[in-house]
Amino acid sequence: MPSRAGALWQRVFPVTVIVIVALIAWYGLAIWLNAPQILDRYARDNQTASFNQLAQDSWAMERPVLPAPHQIAVEFYQTVFATPIDSRRSLVYHASVTISATLLGFIFGSLLGIALAIGIVHLRVLDRSLMPWVIASQTIPILAIAPMIVVVLGNIGLDGVLPKAIISMYLCFFPVTIGMVKGLRSPDPLQLDLMRTYSASQAQMFSKLRWPSATDFLFASLKVAIATSLVGAIVGELPTGAQAGLGARLLSGSYYGQTVQIWSALVMAALVGVVLVFVVELIERAVRKQRGGT
Amino acid sequence: MSVAVPASDSAVSKGTSYNFDASPVAIDIKNLSLVFQTADAPVTALSNIDLTIKRGEFVSFIGPSGCGKTTLLRVIADLERPTDGKISVNGVTPEQARLKRAYGYVFQAPALYAWRNVARNVMLPLEIMGLSAAERGKRAEQYLAMVGLTGFERKYPWQLSGGMQQRVSIARALAFEPELLLMDEPFGALDEITRDHLNEQLLRLWEQTGKTIIFVTHSISEAVFLSNRIVVMSPRPGKILQIIDNKLPAGRDLDARETPAFLEVAHRVRLALRAGHSYDD
Repeated sequence: MPSRAGALWQRVFPVTVIVIVALIAWYGLAIWLNAPQILDRYARDNQTASFNQLAQDSWAMERPVLPAPHQIAVEFYQTVFATPIDSRRSLVYHASVTISATLLGFIFGSLLGIALAIGIVHLRVLDRSLMPWVIASQTIPILAIAPMIVVVLGNIGLDGVLPKAIISMYLCFFPVTIGMVKGLRSPDPLQLDLMRTYSASQAQMFSKLRWPSATDFLFASLKVAIATSLVGAIVGELPTGAQAGLGARLLSGSYYGQTVQIWSALVMAALVGVVLVFVVELIERAVRKQRGGT
Repeated sequence: MSVAVPASDSAVSKGTSYNFDASPVAIDIKNLSLVFQTADAPVTALSNIDLTIKRGEFVSFIGPSGCGKTTLLRVIADLERPTDGKISVNGVTPEQARLKRAYGYVFQAPALYAWRNVARNVMLPLEIMGLSAAERGKRAEQYLAMVGLTGFERKYPWQLSGGMQQRVSIARALAFEPELLLMDEPFGALDEITRDHLNEQLLRLWEQTGKTIIFVTHSISEAVFLSNRIVVMSPRPGKILQIIDNKLPAGRDLDARETPAFLEVAHRVRLALRAGHSYDD
């Protein structure tokens, strides 16, 4: 099996090198950014210290400007594995709150995106009238309107996961619409002519040609959409003073200067993003396999 | 061709030449023209076409590129609208004929759907026409056997050679058993051996089923081998130069292509093409 081990090494080696380089740079950066505070403390205490001492101190601060990777790892471990998951201190709890808003927003956004694309492809009027609005909607900074959405929805009695899901939806329908308009228009003239010779109805043309043709485009857009949806959910938690969720965790971390907490929430958000995109990828692979590996 | 279809048309009997004088009219075209409006100047694709095709005939359209033979076929199929003149298909307009699913169309390219396996590609028109699942399965099996693709039902298009893909598309056109088959250079992209084989199969199918077949080609020998009439066309503007009756006897096999009678007909076609000055420019 030497060749197989070799192949594995070839895959692992570049990643390992990058990770090691990144970690070294991070530790270096942590010293550089945290050193002023440490040196201030030394000056107050009339203490002199070696570089070794400085490095160790700057990697062990309670509220560092930039926490060292191992501090984040410890915090992450503590809040993920060593805390009951129903506790308010558990990162799993906060992640699950954000994920539920993300998924709900993703489902809403995908359905809205697909519905808009179907309308735009089939009705010339919608193509002309709707598309400019779809594009304009994305030029509005979400941070500016997120609080208003939350306030407005709160006034009509909607709170909890729904306002966040709606902000997610607002962000993630766009790539789905753009991708699906392209996808539903992707059948070539010959394939369309073929349907015409069978005098297929619009519905048959859609279900037997346009929709299956759009599958590749659908999954490409869904991957963008689910990542965007996660960003939307976190952004939705920021301005509302939400009690729970990764966004709330980021916010309270910044109130109290808990940079380690902020970073571990960021790590969690990144992991959640990777996993969500990977899940979409898995579904795509299953669908491809079912369609003969094309 | 191992399909049990009774010889239904008395016009086809082995040894004598085909005769469709007594058959009803399938396609009637009178003074038909088609002008495409393009950005720079209007292009006359078809000019004053007059043609009557009887039910059960095998008619080939032959001519150089740009002579409008494909366009004429598309007009019959209601994929293009003529700008002038009259055309009827089975006594009604091409659109009504299309809505009645009167014809099967085989394109130059297979146009298979990549996400469907071979059997499901053949079943596509059957699904659209609302046949039962049992009937769809039976038809797919029957017509894939006819084109020699038994055992490939579960393969996907990308797993097949170009010739096999085109055979699937022929099975797909046959599967809903239209009376009229429109074929646009269906064998153009195939190697000669496959092409010979499919030519022979198509001829047998025609003789056994009595379908009306209109066949676009730019191969003289293919046209002479298959058809009872050959419509010679020329470009700029696309028009009919000459319609040649092919009196070669029915029941032809591939060896018939070396007989003096065959070569004589081929020669007449070649002369007609040359008369169109089609190779001058």
